[in-house]
Amino acid sequence: MTKTDFLTVDGRDVPIEGERNLLEVIRKAGIDIPTFCYHSDLSVYGACRLCLVDVEGRGIVASCSTIPAPGMVVKTKTEEIREIRKISVELLLANHDQSCPTCPKSASCQLQDLARRLGIEKVRFKSTHKPKEVDRTSPSIVHDPNKCALCGDCVRACHEIQGIGAIDFAGRGSGSAVVPAFGKNLNQVECVYCGLCSSVCPTGALTPKSEVDDVWKALDNPKKKVVAQIAPAVRVALGEHFGMEPGTITTGQIAAALKIMGFNQVYDTSFAADLTVIEEATEFLQRKTKGEKLPQFTSCCPSWVKFAEQYYPELLQNISSCRSPQQMFGSLAKDMLPEKLEVDVRDLVIVSIMPCTAKKFEAKQAKFQANGIPDVDHVITTQELGRMIEESGLSFKQLEPESLDMPFGFKTGAGVIFGASGGVTEAVLRYAVEKIGGKKLDSVEFKAVRGEAGVREATVSVAGVDVRLAVVHGLANARRVAEQVKAKECTYDLIEVMTCPGGCIGGAGQPIARDRADAKRLRAKGLYATDKMLEFHKSQENHMVAECYAKHLGNVGGEKAHHLLHTGYRSRKRIRETELDLLNGANAKKLKVDVCVGTSCMVRGSQQLLHQLIRYLEEHGLQNDIDIKATFCFERCGRGPTISVGDTVIEKCTFEKACKALDKELEKMKISQQA
Amino acid sequence: MPQTLKKTTQRLRQFEKVCEILDRYQHDPMKLIPILQAVQDEYRYLPEEVLAYIATSLGLSPARVYGVATFYAHFALEPKGKYIIRLCDGTACHVKKSIPVLDALRERLGLSEEKPTTPDMLFTVETVSCLGACGLAPVMVINDEVHGQMTPEKAVAYIDEIIACEEKK
Amino acid sequence: MSTAALNLKKITEEYACDAERLKRRVIICAGTGCVSNGALKVFDAFAAEMAAAGLNFIPELKPESGSGTYVSKSGCQGFCQMGPLVTIEPEGILYTKVKPRDVPEIVKTTLVEGGIVDRLLYQDLVDGRHCHGTQDIPFYTRQARTVLKSCGIINPEDIREYIAGGGYEAAMRAYKEMTPQSVCEEIMHSGLRGRGGGGFPAGRKWDITRKEPGPKKYVICNGDEGDPGAFMDRSVMEGNPHSVLEGIMIAARAIGADEAYVYVRAEYPLAVQRVRKAVQDAQSLGILGENIFGTGQSLTCHVMEGAGAFVCGEETALIASMEGKRGMPLPKPPFPAQSGFCGKPTVINNVETLASIPIIMQMGAAAFRKLGTEASPGTKTFALTGHVANTGLIEVPFGTTLREIVNNIGGGVTDDNGNLTGGGFKAVQIGGPSGGCLTEENLDLPLDFDSLKSVGAMVGSGGLVVMNKETCMVKIARFFMQFTQNESCGKCVLCREGTKQMLSLLDDIIEGRGTEETLDLLDRVARAVQKGSLCGLGKTAPNPILSTMRQFRAEYEAHVYQKRCPSGQCKALLTPEIIAEKCKGCTACARKCPVGAITGAVKEPHKIDPDKCIKCGVCKETCKFNAVTGV
Ligand SMILES: Cc1cc2nc3c(=O)[nH]c(=O)nc-3n(C[C@H](O)[C@H](O)[C@H](O)COP(=O)(O)O)c2cc1C
Ligand code: SF4
Ligand code: SF4
Ligand code: FES
Ligand code: FES
Repeated sequence: MTKTDFLTVDGRDVPIEGERNLLEVIRKAGIDIPTFCYHSDLSVYGACRLCLVDVEGRGIVASCSTIPAPGMVVKTKTEEIREIRKISVELLLANHDQSCPTCPKSASCQLQDLARRLGIEKVRFKSTHKPKEVDRTSPSIVHDPNKCALCGDCVRACHEIQGIGAIDFAGRGSGSAVVPAFGKNLNQVECVYCGLCSSVCPTGALTPKSEVDDVWKALDNPKKKVVAQIAPAVRVALGEHFGMEPGTITTGQIAAALKIMGFNQVYDTSFAADLTVIEEATEFLQRKTKGEKLPQFTSCCPSWVKFAEQYYPELLQNISSCRSPQQMFGSLAKDMLPEKLEVDVRDLVIVSIMPCTAKKFEAKQAKFQANGIPDVDHVITTQELGRMIEESGLSFKQLEPESLDMPFGFKTGAGVIFGASGGVTEAVLRYAVEKIGGKKLDSVEFKAVRGEAGVREATVSVAGVDVRLAVVHGLANARRVAEQVKAKECTYDLIEVMTCPGGCIGGAGQPIARDRADAKRLRAKGLYATDKMLEFHKSQENHMVAECYAKHLGNVGGEKAHHLLHTGYRSRKRIRETELDLLNGANAKKLKVDVCVGTSCMVRGSQQLLHQLIRYLEEHGLQNDIDIKATFCFERCGRGPTISVGDTVIEKCTFEKACKALDKELEKMKISQQA
Repeated sequence: MPQTLKKTTQRLRQFEKVCEILDRYQHDPMKLIPILQAVQDEYRYLPEEVLAYIATSLGLSPARVYGVATFYAHFALEPKGKYIIRLCDGTACHVKKSIPVLDALRERLGLSEEKPTTPDMLFTVETVSCLGACGLAPVMVINDEVHGQMTPEKAVAYIDEIIACEEKK
Repeated sequence: MSTAALNLKKITEEYACDAERLKRRVIICAGTGCVSNGALKVFDAFAAEMAAAGLNFIPELKPESGSGTYVSKSGCQGFCQMGPLVTIEPEGILYTKVKPRDVPEIVKTTLVEGGIVDRLLYQDLVDGRHCHGTQDIPFYTRQARTVLKSCGIINPEDIREYIAGGGYEAAMRAYKEMTPQSVCEEIMHSGLRGRGGGGFPAGRKWDITRKEPGPKKYVICNGDEGDPGAFMDRSVMEGNPHSVLEGIMIAARAIGADEAYVYVRAEYPLAVQRVRKAVQDAQSLGILGENIFGTGQSLTCHVMEGAGAFVCGEETALIASMEGKRGMPLPKPPFPAQSGFCGKPTVINNVETLASIPIIMQMGAAAFRKLGTEASPGTKTFALTGHVANTGLIEVPFGTTLREIVNNIGGGVTDDNGNLTGGGFKAVQIGGPSGGCLTEENLDLPLDFDSLKSVGAMVGSGGLVVMNKETCMVKIARFFMQFTQNESCGKCVLCREGTKQMLSLLDDIIEGRGTEETLDLLDRVARAVQKGSLCGLGKTAPNPILSTMRQFRAEYEAHVYQKRCPSGQCKALLTPEIIAEKCKGCTACARKCPVGAITGAVKEPHKIDPDKCIKCGVCKETCKFNAVTGV
């Protein structure tokens, strides 16, 4: 047995049990010293200076960046420290847009909380705040720099957990700001709308974009029939908004509340999840049998899909073509409900209640519209629903539970566990093992894929064939796995990727559980408990889904199913408009030539090609008919140099090929001009 | 016109230079600062698309590169004038009255702190903190040439001289 | 046996042999200061004139140079104000403010005829006597030039001259005859404390790093010198770059590093160039590189330029910047000694610290300890500027008094125009934006790390600004606060927002809006920022305020309570006035005043209406009798 070391905090002995820093030891002792830039999932930053404590012999130190040592004598609230803390918060407030009551973070703002806790009654400093423009361009997130305290949590979250770095510090000193590259808007950069930044932001600088007003408006319009779908993770988290324990299952109360607020029908996204399981498992089994396009990546997380479209276009064929449950629900509902509810499709409003900010972005994509009508009209988060219930004046805890409406209110446990990382994989296994094995599963629980690690692996035998699985959450982890796949360093068959830590239960739309480190675990527990309570656990047992296929969709993976339930992907250039003008012809009508100068095209000689081309143009006096741009990737790196002349893309381009294409396109242009 | 072509060739040459710089530093993201310095030597500032290109080639996020470029005083994201006039406002120069010199320069050129470059792109006036030539305070640097013991009159005379010289061209 | 040993000796002998053939040597200061005053043109003039006079002009000392006059360029000689400086050896004559047109006379009178051009000699400000050279100019005689000894004499671009002076012998000894541990011990015994500001014992730092597990370790030489008003490190890098390199080698040997970086401030192009050349030359002679002195050890040395951020002088920020990141400091611990560049154990030392190393190794730790004071052995360079007759770079033993520096080396306090004023001394600001003020009271304080700390100042980087009675201390505090506010990296709240608020509070005081609360709040924020900031920049930023508030409380109070600036520097607090005794009633001012604030009959003393006056200063400029004050 090893001896436990102790240190003293405000006169009491506290054991050191492997904590990373003094702050954690102090918090363990039940003293919640304030912090602003500390986040247990992120690296230590040490900038807010609120966690200062007095360590005997060392003076005032930041506890977040001090390693606990045996025998330390720590004081947390000396006069000096209290004074420094107060001044720090006053300094922050002096440079803050103090429109607090109208701030979307008002209820959970740490700055307000701190000011209250420290008893700050007056800011003695002059306001130095200069108004800056609010960025509302993103479908998912509002960035209000006027509220930013520069704690850097968002920057570290986006970089460390999601591996993206869409936002970073710019400028220096009092001119510092957190911004996307070149001060652009969030919708112009590589942000995947996961909202993680907004969930770690202690102030109202980054918040999920609210669609509450749109929903109220629809509810108030007598012509509209408003229908809700509730994602699995919402039911185990909404309670927190009303002071309940994380993981409390509140499906019935949610249904009741929605009905009172005026929703016509209340359905369950888990129904669509069951559908997804069947489609996705079928797709997987086909690929596995043929041995092609493996591993298959899951596609239910829109942030992951956008991430892959941006960084791994070469892996897009590996992503399941299934729409996410939200979008399957939407297309199916818009297809089936007008008849059932006797409403014109234009007056049918589908509102998703999601734990997620990226779902807002997903629903707005053109590919999820039919005849200009979106499959899902509005997406609100768990938090937004909480606020709507508050606004309605309902006392949530006291609501009499109600049941969901049929048919889309019916689900199996497989559709519910979707909300936790590993859930999709487990649900697919429950389907696939039975489907191939041909006999009924005795135990439906695949504990091997459950857990909290960022990358989990398991091998499951399906009818004698080993299926290698990987369950990943956090896009930084996904990047690592995707790199392995690209380099053929791994042999997975199925890879589940969720962007948010812990899966959807940890989504950025969920109530903020800053002081509850166990919230995610409890929410997951709630989902698995629901699974246990339900009558059915496998998607193939969902008879409503079966009926849906029989009456409406036809075969699994068939034509109609394909039309409504599947989708395609496109490559997105990493950052838009990153091109270099090399030649601008003087004429009005010009031929556009793009030459890729990305690394691998460069290696393959695109630079020389550019040179030759320009010399050729010069010799032939063509320079005014052409615009040449250097672009940075056509994502066809293996077959470079790649150039595009007009609409033609030429791979493995040589000077001769390029000239030929040039002449041809110029000829075409001339003819069209003459015509 | 030969004009466009000349420009194109220059752009291409600059671009090749960027690639060469990246190669020289072996696409090592740790070398971001020397890379930006070398690229700025080439373009005299850091154009957005070049920064984006550097980011992509180094495997860094563009926001990160932008963050670095805006942190250091030496990096310019806007083009600067042909003559960059830097007036030292370090302790020694300040004590020896560098501010009147600055004011005189700005007045002569119609510039201010917010507007450091003349519209004709001939002059940029900036302050620096200490050029390490304190013995000669106040000090003014035109491009890389150090001029000591400056007075408002002498400073303006330098400007007039440059303008006259440019007009002759 | 060791070929390298032979090499050093051989180079020394060859150099001595070449030097022996010389008749004379002309040393032209080619430091930044003298160059900007035209030193290079002076050099060219020598070439032309000597050719015309039929003298053998030797620009570079080579075996085939033969006999003649070697005209070499040196680094900064410290007396930049009097530049360009030209020294003539062996006579030891120092000519000051030499212009190209003076060169023919020098060539004729001194080089040909062996005489002296009196008018180019330095003239003592007090007694007006002409000084012959460094041996009788008080500015030099009162100093103890140790680290700076060779700066300003040797040709910094000639590695042979450095070697001929015993250079690289200490490095060779460290590599061949000493163990890393014994090198650390030697430096620990010397008591050398870091010259970069903190004063941490260099030997201890090395020893800690030595004990960290290897194999990869780094040495970084901190040449970022950002204090606005200091240029010691620049001068050493420009004037004797090899001494810095040798220090780096010994540090590398002590901790077991095989890679070193010199991080030079980008505002110092000449230093960058000289250090680069020194590295190249050392490499081509085999002093740096693989298998150093035949020991199988290797050391590569890189030079990196900063990109314009004062905070990058702070060691963790410097490392961040070397790693291609924003130069934002990190919380310490871990210290660089444990986890520095690329996460590896790293020693960071200041330029002057490193340049002291070969000297210690040569003279021995015990002898070094004899210089300076018990707790702060050795000498320290200072950049002496401000209202003092002789500005420039000086080096004195620790323990020297301020009086000695200001009055004797500096030649006394001056007014704005450089004329000596008896008794005009007000204060010295030491240590730049992180330092504090010393007053008349402290004139006899022996300066060292600890004594300065005890009076609320610090050695810091070594900037020494002398201020006369005309200086407003509130404005001085504001000047430094403006600097730190501009240079704050913006990471931690106290420093980023605190410096901004302190600046705004100072503005309130200077512009007449100050109240009792302003003073109280200023004091409180200053203390909070000092105690709570993340890095040294923030922790020391309030020093100028705290120190002036303590030493010159009355001045602050006059600004606040009487709305009066005792030294008449704060424009907003001035009351415009015409001194009746001086006014001749010429009406010139009244006619020029744009707002008609001046009234008075012809030949009668005039009056200014303070409510109308906009303090444009036209009247003051117009008045031929100096009768107007307060605008
Ligand atoms: C804001 C700030 C600026 C600094 N600037 C310098 C500098 O310009 N040069 C330097 O050598 N040390 C500077 N330092 C000190 C370094 O962090 C470091 O302590 C020093 O380089 C160690 O070398 P030494 O032990 O030889 O003094 C600075 C520290 C701070 C906090
Ligand atoms: S939403 Fe996600 S990807 Fe976008 S900035 Fe925030 S953390 Fe980064
Ligand atoms: S946006 Fe929020 S999380 Fe990001 S730096 Fe500002 S306050 Fe911190
Ligand atoms: S939590 Fe320690 S400095 Fe912010
Ligand atoms: S530069 Fe010549 S004395 Fe300083």
